[in-house]
Amino acid sequence: MRIDGKGLIDRARPIGFSFDGRQYQGFQGDTLSSALLANDVRLVARSFKYHRPRGVLTAGSEEPNALVTTGLQGAQDPNVRATTLELFEGLMARSQNRWPSLGVDLMAINDLAAPFLGAGFYYKTFMWPRAFWEGVYEPIIRRAAGLGALSGKPNTDAYDKAFAHCDLLVIGAGPAGLMAALTAARAGADVILADEDSRPGGRLNAETHDVNGIPGHIWASELSEDLAEMPNLRLMTRTSVVGAYDQGTYGALEKSSPAHSARKGAPVETFWRIVAKRAVLAAGALERPVAFQNNDRPGVMMASAVRAYLNRWGVSPGRNVAIFGNNDSAHRTAADLIDAGVHVSALIDARHHATCDLDVPFYAGAEVCDAHGRKGLEAVTIQMASGQDKIQTDCLAMSGGWNPCVHLSSHMGARPVWNPDLLAFLPAKNAVPGLEATGAAAGQFSTQACLQGGIEAARRALDDLGFKPKDIKLPKSDDGTYDISPLWAVPGKGRAWLDFQNDVTVKDVKQAATENFKSVEHMKRYTTQGMATDQGKNSNVGALAVLADATGAGIPETGTTTFRPPYTPVSIAALGAGGQGMGFAPRRLTTSHQASLEHGAEMIEVGLWYRPGVFKKPGETHWRQSCDREVGYVRNAVGVADVSTLGKIDIQGPDAATFLDLVYANMFSTLKEGRVRYGLMLREDGHVMDDGTCARLGAQHYVMTTTTAAAGQVMRHLEFAHQCIAPHLDVRMTSVTEQWAQFAVAGPQSRALLNDLLDDPIDDSGFPFMACGLVSVGAVNARLFRISFSGEHAYELAVPARYGDSLFRELLTRADALGGGAYGMEALNVLRVEKGFITHAEIHGRVSAFDIGMQRMISAKKDCIGKALAARPGLSGPEREQLVGLRPSGAVKQLTAGAHLFNADDEANRANDQGYVTSVAFSPTLGTNLAMGFLRDGRARHGEIVRMVDHLGNVETLCEVTDPVVFDPEGGRTRG
Amino acid sequence: MVELTPKSPCDAALPLTIATVTLSEVNPGALTSVAAFQGQDAALSVALKATHGMEVPKPNRTTGKDGARAIWFGQRMALLMGPDPDASLAKHAALTDQSDAWAVVRLQGRGARDVLARLTPLDLRAGVFKRGHTARSDLQHMMSSITRVGEDAYIIMVFRGFAETLVHDLQTAMRRVASR
Repeated sequence: MRIDGKGLIDRARPIGFSFDGRQYQGFQGDTLSSALLANDVRLVARSFKYHRPRGVLTAGSEEPNALVTTGLQGAQDPNVRATTLELFEGLMARSQNRWPSLGVDLMAINDLAAPFLGAGFYYKTFMWPRAFWEGVYEPIIRRAAGLGALSGKPNTDAYDKAFAHCDLLVIGAGPAGLMAALTAARAGADVILADEDSRPGGRLNAETHDVNGIPGHIWASELSEDLAEMPNLRLMTRTSVVGAYDQGTYGALEKSSPAHSARKGAPVETFWRIVAKRAVLAAGALERPVAFQNNDRPGVMMASAVRAYLNRWGVSPGRNVAIFGNNDSAHRTAADLIDAGVHVSALIDARHHATCDLDVPFYAGAEVCDAHGRKGLEAVTIQMASGQDKIQTDCLAMSGGWNPCVHLSSHMGARPVWNPDLLAFLPAKNAVPGLEATGAAAGQFSTQACLQGGIEAARRALDDLGFKPKDIKLPKSDDGTYDISPLWAVPGKGRAWLDFQNDVTVKDVKQAATENFKSVEHMKRYTTQGMATDQGKNSNVGALAVLADATGAGIPETGTTTFRPPYTPVSIAALGAGGQGMGFAPRRLTTSHQASLEHGAEMIEVGLWYRPGVFKKPGETHWRQSCDREVGYVRNAVGVADVSTLGKIDIQGPDAATFLDLVYANMFSTLKEGRVRYGLMLREDGHVMDDGTCARLGAQHYVMTTTTAAAGQVMRHLEFAHQCIAPHLDVRMTSVTEQWAQFAVAGPQSRALLNDLLDDPIDDSGFPFMACGLVSVGAVNARLFRISFSGEHAYELAVPARYGDSLFRELLTRADALGGGAYGMEALNVLRVEKGFITHAEIHGRVSAFDIGMQRMISAKKDCIGKALAARPGLSGPEREQLVGLRPSGAVKQLTAGAHLFNADDEANRANDQGYVTSVAFSPTLGTNLAMGFLRDGRARHGEIVRMVDHLGNVETLCEVTDPVVFDPEGGRTRG
Repeated sequence: MVELTPKSPCDAALPLTIATVTLSEVNPGALTSVAAFQGQDAALSVALKATHGMEVPKPNRTTGKDGARAIWFGQRMALLMGPDPDASLAKHAALTDQSDAWAVVRLQGRGARDVLARLTPLDLRAGVFKRGHTARSDLQHMMSSITRVGEDAYIIMVFRGFAETLVHDLQTAMRRVASR
């Protein structure tokens, strides 16, 4: 029911929305829950397990009941708390976990079966047969219990992620937070003031307190407007600080306002990582419920929430309200309601010594012991010393006291400390380095104390940071003491709810204790108390108090469960913002990318690089057709491939040669200028790390080539070797991978092609195999290397990357004229398998130089990284699996990489394993499938027949073991 | 004689403006990494000052100005941006041509800092990351060099091969900021 003249809503701006398909109207400033209550909608949800009717319990982010689903299709958003969902025109909200409808939910049969469904029911009942748990029981149980669901479609909403830095992060913009922010910002500190609400002010927006003689909410909005104007303060509303992490890092989730979300390109949520030198935790406190029979009926609400709906939104959740509490919060609620003209049927105060001068039926030392009505509260029964009485009411406001929001202070492992006077857990001191709690979060429960606490906490942070605080005048507001007597659960029969969201009752907790789940952590897991999306904000303290009572241990001895981030739920979409689609990983493109696509390239990913797999020509329907054609280019005419992705490292300095002798297994100091050498690099443990060529451009100048895959790793390894192993060597290095666009020109016609392109022609004597030097292409300075990864007469030509696109096109035109063309990774693979050249398929990290037949490359004349450990027993000898070639010898011709090798007559099991296949290819040149692999004592077994078995693909092929080099073993074509 | 046509890393994708922020490609001139040999750091700084007018920058700093700038680029390494390096510098340092290795863009306008704050964990507050400051840091998933060159102006560099992703990531962040 809307109350005239009350609330901070804009009645000039009505907003239409729907709930479960019915149209309603609210106002600008409403939340979904305030608008529903204004329309007298009390039943808003069904409970998780028993499908009991539920109404709104709170007015904040701790809401356990009023969860709804919004949005359609990919934008569907489940489990949205109606209490914090700002109303906007056209909002369509749906209730959850009910079938067929909220009013008639057939799953409510669970409620009748409740005697069997208590704590531990599933664990005890669905034990047998064991295999049924995953396949049968769990899916059924999950369908019956639950929350809202995602659409199953890709999310169409935009999300964002950002970083922020400040001197002081103030968490919460209530009276304490506002004063802390003001104090720090006036002193010149960079301040971030974050509050999960859309409106700063905290409880001041929900109460009728004055500050400095004006209504608290006006004081708060005026002050926050002033603060927002300050250049060194960032006011972040709708921003929930959800986690405290190492070194002053805090996670925060900002929800965009409805107006912002509607804009083009706008995110619905932004996940912030805030790095703060100091933080003030002014997150306030949450009122806790009282457990009594049927205390979950729609209409039973927190007293603080009733005041919030009344004072902030001008809504009375009932027409005839009863109030029940153990502290003065109950009295304040009665006063506010009476003042607004709402009928109050009873004020029930559990404190025997309580007095009241309000004009209401007042019951001191009494307790509510039962609630009546199923889909909405109709009456409550109260227990007095004199007996029981039934009171008609449609709304019960309850207060069991206040729990400070200690959560963030416990995110790094600290446990909060019990305060017996406040009957509350308070943050431990220095629980999170640099963070201090103040205000209600630190147990300061009057507005005056909060205002003062904020100033003081900020001053201590400023002192630490070396800022000179300015004098800040302490505003005047209500002061008072907090008078509370213990009240956790009202004794009686029936089910009294502790955890509304996970349907955990007092009985469940007691049963856990009876069954010896006495530790609070065990009780939590046995009953599932506190394990729902509200993380037990409403129920933790009540449940552990009941547990303490049941076990006979005290509350401080029982302690709390572990507080973990996030404080409020964070959508995975926000955490992963920027990572969808193209944002998943950067695309690293070569200069020939565009031209390659124009020539039919089908790209494959190699690390972050995109490289052509094959260049498809019209009419080619299978990649093998393209691949075979491209292999033919290289073997018969000339092929062109972009090899820019291979790592290139520029190495200079007086000690460059000595350094290379250290990091390569073989010798590089003896390499002549203008020559290239193949190099093998070992890890410190003696296994092969990488291979490649290295060219000597000058006396003190080398360019090392790495494989594409290991470019980063080798760069890191070289830096490590220089900085840690040989810092005395005068050598400098830097990556030039991206500086040069480099193309392989391979095949019998390669020199003919180059001589058509280079400004000055080359010949065999001036440019023999393994020569390198500077050349000129169209007056552009280029580098030419006569090296070959195909076994053909081949070159690699490098130009500054800006000319890469242009050069690639020129190369293709000329190759075409000579009967050749572009070749991709597939052809490159075939060519190298024919030649027995290794890649990281072979040097996969577990092979030694001996295994690949390169043991003699570890120079005897010098030391190198990995030399000593490569000499260990077990890293060489006949027991090692050694590199071999394989070729099908029986009826089955198929070879698969990853298959294992067995002796022809052995059973194909693990114990008989003889090795494995690393690379396969179809050689159009030889007309057969070929493979490379590792076979135990393989070099001594050339000519033998072994059995290849692919257990996954069900392939069995008899193979002949061969030398890895099967094409042109003498190498005549390369030297050509 | 064949004629090779140069292409810039970001090619046709830039410039683009969203609300108050403009992203444009910079033609930086020559880029040369300058890495002092052992014991040559001081001599290199003197030589750089004599030949190009700026000293070798300290870590996370730049020296010089638009057109001839030295950007700290790593351990005892600077990137000379603009002029072709004077040959005499080679006595003191390894000089490596990097003119084509980097995509260089300029992000400018009110809100440029907010755009960057979506992609890099650097503390970009005006009083912390001042004009002339530079850092090697993450930019979304890429490693980058970020230099503040004006009140609301930054030079951002990533490997040339990442140019397309650089534009994509910055453009997305610019849209998000513009929506606020």
